[in-house]
Amino acid sequence: MLSFLGRRILSSAIVLLGATFIVYMLLAYSLDPLEELYASSAPNRDQLIQQRIDLLNLDTPAPVRYLSWLGGAAGCLVGQCDLGSSWVTNQPVVAMLSSAIPQTVTLIGMSVVVALALGVTVGIASALRQYTGFDYGVTFMSFVLYSLPSFWVAVLLKLWGAIGFNDFLADPRISPAAIAGISLLGGLVWQAIVGGNARRRATTFVIAGAATAGMLTFITTTGWLLDPSLGPVVIGILGVAIAFGVTAVAAGLRNRKALYSALTAVGLGLALYFPLQFAFVNASALMIIGFGLLTVLSGVVIGWLFGGPDRGQSMRSAAITAVFVAILIFVDRLMGVWEVYSSSSRIAGRPIATIGSQTPGLTGDFWVETLDTYTHLILPTIALILISFASYTRYSRASLLEVMNQDYIRTARAKGLSERVVTVRHAFRNALIPLATIVPLDIANLFGGAIITERIFGWTGMGTLFIQGMNRQDADPVMGYFIVVGTLLVLANIVVDFVYAALDPRIRVNA
Amino acid sequence: MSTPTPMNPQSGEHTDPAENVENAIELKEVEGLSQGKIVLRRFVRHRGAMTAAVVLTGIVLLATTSIGWGPIPGWWQFNYRENLPIVNSGGAPTMSFDGGISMGDHPFGQDNIGKDVFALVMRGTQQSLLVMTIIGLVASTIGIVMGALAGYFRGRLDNLLMRFTDMIITIPIIMIGAILGVLVGGASPITLALALSFVTWTSMARLVRGEFLSLREREFVDAARVAGASSARIMFKHMLPNAVGVIIVNATLLMASAILLETALSYLGFGITSPDVSLGNLINEYQTAFATRPWLFWWPGLFIVLIALCVNFIGDGLRDAFDPRQRKIPSQRKMAKG
Repeated sequence: MLSFLGRRILSSAIVLLGATFIVYMLLAYSLDPLEELYASSAPNRDQLIQQRIDLLNLDTPAPVRYLSWLGGAAGCLVGQCDLGSSWVTNQPVVAMLSSAIPQTVTLIGMSVVVALALGVTVGIASALRQYTGFDYGVTFMSFVLYSLPSFWVAVLLKLWGAIGFNDFLADPRISPAAIAGISLLGGLVWQAIVGGNARRRATTFVIAGAATAGMLTFITTTGWLLDPSLGPVVIGILGVAIAFGVTAVAAGLRNRKALYSALTAVGLGLALYFPLQFAFVNASALMIIGFGLLTVLSGVVIGWLFGGPDRGQSMRSAAITAVFVAILIFVDRLMGVWEVYSSSSRIAGRPIATIGSQTPGLTGDFWVETLDTYTHLILPTIALILISFASYTRYSRASLLEVMNQDYIRTARAKGLSERVVTVRHAFRNALIPLATIVPLDIANLFGGAIITERIFGWTGMGTLFIQGMNRQDADPVMGYFIVVGTLLVLANIVVDFVYAALDPRIRVNA
Repeated sequence: MSTPTPMNPQSGEHTDPAENVENAIELKEVEGLSQGKIVLRRFVRHRGAMTAAVVLTGIVLLATTSIGWGPIPGWWQFNYRENLPIVNSGGAPTMSFDGGISMGDHPFGQDNIGKDVFALVMRGTQQSLLVMTIIGLVASTIGIVMGALAGYFRGRLDNLLMRFTDMIITIPIIMIGAILGVLVGGASPITLALALSFVTWTSMARLVRGEFLSLREREFVDAARVAGASSARIMFKHMLPNAVGVIIVNATLLMASAILLETALSYLGFGITSPDVSLGNLINEYQTAFATRPWLFWWPGLFIVLIALCVNFIGDGLRDAFDPRQRKIPSQRKMAKG
C-alpha cells in the first residue's frame, strides 16, 4: 500500500511538473506585457519598454524564467511560498490566492452538496422506475441540462431569479391561474414518481395537486413571502413526516424501535425549539457548528438508548432525522430575520443579489449576515447545480441499473429479503462506488471551472484571478491559479484510486 | 409475429415460449445483415436520436444556405455586416403568428444599430458548427493515434504517452482553451478549432488505449501477426474497425462538449472575437441588452442549446445502436400475440 502510494505521488508530481512547464511556456508566448506600451505614444516609450523588460526579466529566455518561478514554488513544500507577484498591482500571488480560495470554496461547497444529494436521489428514483414516463422525463431533462451553456443559464437566472423575483416580491401575489398550473404540474410529477396502477396514480395526483394548491394559496393570502416563518407547529408536522420517511428508507417501517427513536428525535427538537431561540440571540458560526455536532450525537444516543437487536438502524434513523429537524429549526430562525433584512436600507426590498458575495455596508447580527451570504449564494449555486446535477443523475441511474442486473441482487431477492433491503443495502451501496470516484474529480474541476459563474455573478474567486491575469497580460496570478487547481486535480485522482480500492474489494492496490 | 420456433435449436428442449418469441424477434432482426446495417437499423429506430438527426440536419442546411458559405451567395437578403434601417420599434422581431406565419424582413429582429439578427445568428451557427466539426475530427484522430500506439505497443511508449495525456488532463480545459485562444489571437475559427483540438483529445486517447489493450489479446490479432501483417496494418486494418463503436460514440460526445467550449471561450472573449461572429460572442455582446432587446440574447442561446442537445441525443442513439447487449424488448402484448 505504502509503496503504491509513493509511486502514485511521485508520478503525479512529475505530471504536475510537466503541466506547469507547458502552461508557463504557453503563457510566455500568448501574453504580451509590452503590448500596451508598443501602442502608446508617450515620448519616453522606449525607456518604459526597457523598464518593463527589466522588471519582468523578459530578456532571459522563458525556460530559464520558468526555473526561477519553479524555485519559488518549490518553497511551498517547506512553507515559504513565493509564487511571484502581479506586476500590475504589485500584490504577491500568495496573498491573492488566500483571498480568492475561500470565496471559491464558499461558492462551490453548497452546490456540490446539493447537486450530489438531488442528483443521486433523482437518478436512483429514475432507475427504479426504468422505462416509465418519469424515467424518460428525467433522461430528457438531464440531456437538456447537459447541453445548456452555463453563461446563458447564468444570465437568465440573473434576470428571472433576481430581477424578476425581486419585482415579484414587491407585490407577492400568485394568480389563481398560476396556482392551478403549478398544482397540476406538481400532481403530474408526483404521480409519475410514485407510480403504481392507475388508481394509485390518480390518488397521488389528487393528493399532491391539492396539497400544492393549498400551500400556494396560503402563501399568497397571508403574504408569507414577505415575512416567512415555519413555527413549531409546521416543524413538528414536517418532522414527523421526515421521521417516517427516513425510517422507511433507512430501517423499514416494520422496525418499530427505529421509528420510535426517529420520532423521539423530532420530539427532542421541538422541546428544544424555544430554549434554542434564546441561545440563538448571540449566535456565532462556531456555535452553530457545535449545535450541529450535538444534533448528530443526540440522534445517535437516542437510537442507542432504544436498543434492540439492531441498534445501528435505530441510531442511523434517529441521527438522520435529527439533522433534518435541526436544519428546519435553523431555517426557521433565518426566516425570522428575513423581514428585517429585506427592509433594511441597503437591501430596500430587493433581497436576491446578482453581484458579489456580500452586501457592502450591511450591518447586522450573525443571522442577518448569514442570510446575506445565502441570498448572494443562491443564484450562482443554482447555476452550478444545474450542470453537475445532470451528470450525477445520469451516473447514479446508470450505475444502479447495472447493479440491479447483477446476480447477487437476484440472490438477495431469492432468499426473501424485502425490496427495501435489496435496494438500499445491496444495490444502492454498490451503486455508489463509481459515483464516489467521480465526485472528487468533479469538485476539483468545479474549483477551476467555476470561471464563468464567478464572472457573471461578480465573485472575486479563483476564476477572477485567472481572467484578470489573462486580460492584464499578467502571468504570475494565472500560474498561481493553475498550481492550486492542478494540485487539487492530481490529489483528487490519487484520492479516487484509494477510494476505489477501499470500497471495491475486487480492486487491490498491492498487486 | 408469425415466426414460432417452439424448439430450441441447440438443446432441442422446449423452453419458455415468451423467451422463444423474444429470441425469434431478435434473430429476425439481425439475420443476413452486416454489422453496419444492424447499427443503422437500431439507430433509425431510436426516436430521440432520429429526431435530433433531422433537426441538426435542418440547422446545418439553414445555416449554410441562408447567408451563403464563403463566396457562395445564399438566399437570405441581408448579410451579417450591414447596418440596416430599423423596421420595428427598437428592432423587435417582425415574425408574427397571428393567423398564419408571416416572417417580415427581420424575423429574429435587429440589434441597436440595425444589423439583422437572423443573419448574425446564422453566421454564428456556421462558425460554431465549423469549430465543432473540426475539433471532432482532428481531436478524435489525435486521440485515436495516441491511444492506439499506447495500447498496442504498451510498455515504455504507453507510459510516455499516458503521462503526457495526464499532463494535458491536469490543465483545466477552459484555462488551456483560453490560453490557446489568446495565442492564436483573433485568428480564423479554423485556427482556433485546430488549437483546441490539441487539448481535447485526451478522453479519446484513454478510451482507445483501453479498447486496444483488450483487443490485442484476441486471436484475430495473433492470426494477423502470424500471417505477417505489419504493426500498422494490424492496428488500423484489424483492430480499429473493432473499436469503431466506442470511437464514434465518444467523438459525438466530444463534439457536443466542443461546441460548449467554443461558445464559452468566445463568451469570455478568448475565442472568436468581433468583428467575426460566433454564438458565444453574440451572447457576450448582447447580454446587457436583455431587458430592452431580449431577442438579441434568446436566439443565439437557443441555437447553442439546440445544436448541443441534438449532438448529445445522436451520441446516445449511437451508443444504444452499437451496444450488442441492447435489445428492443417486445411489449407484453406483442409477446402474447406471438
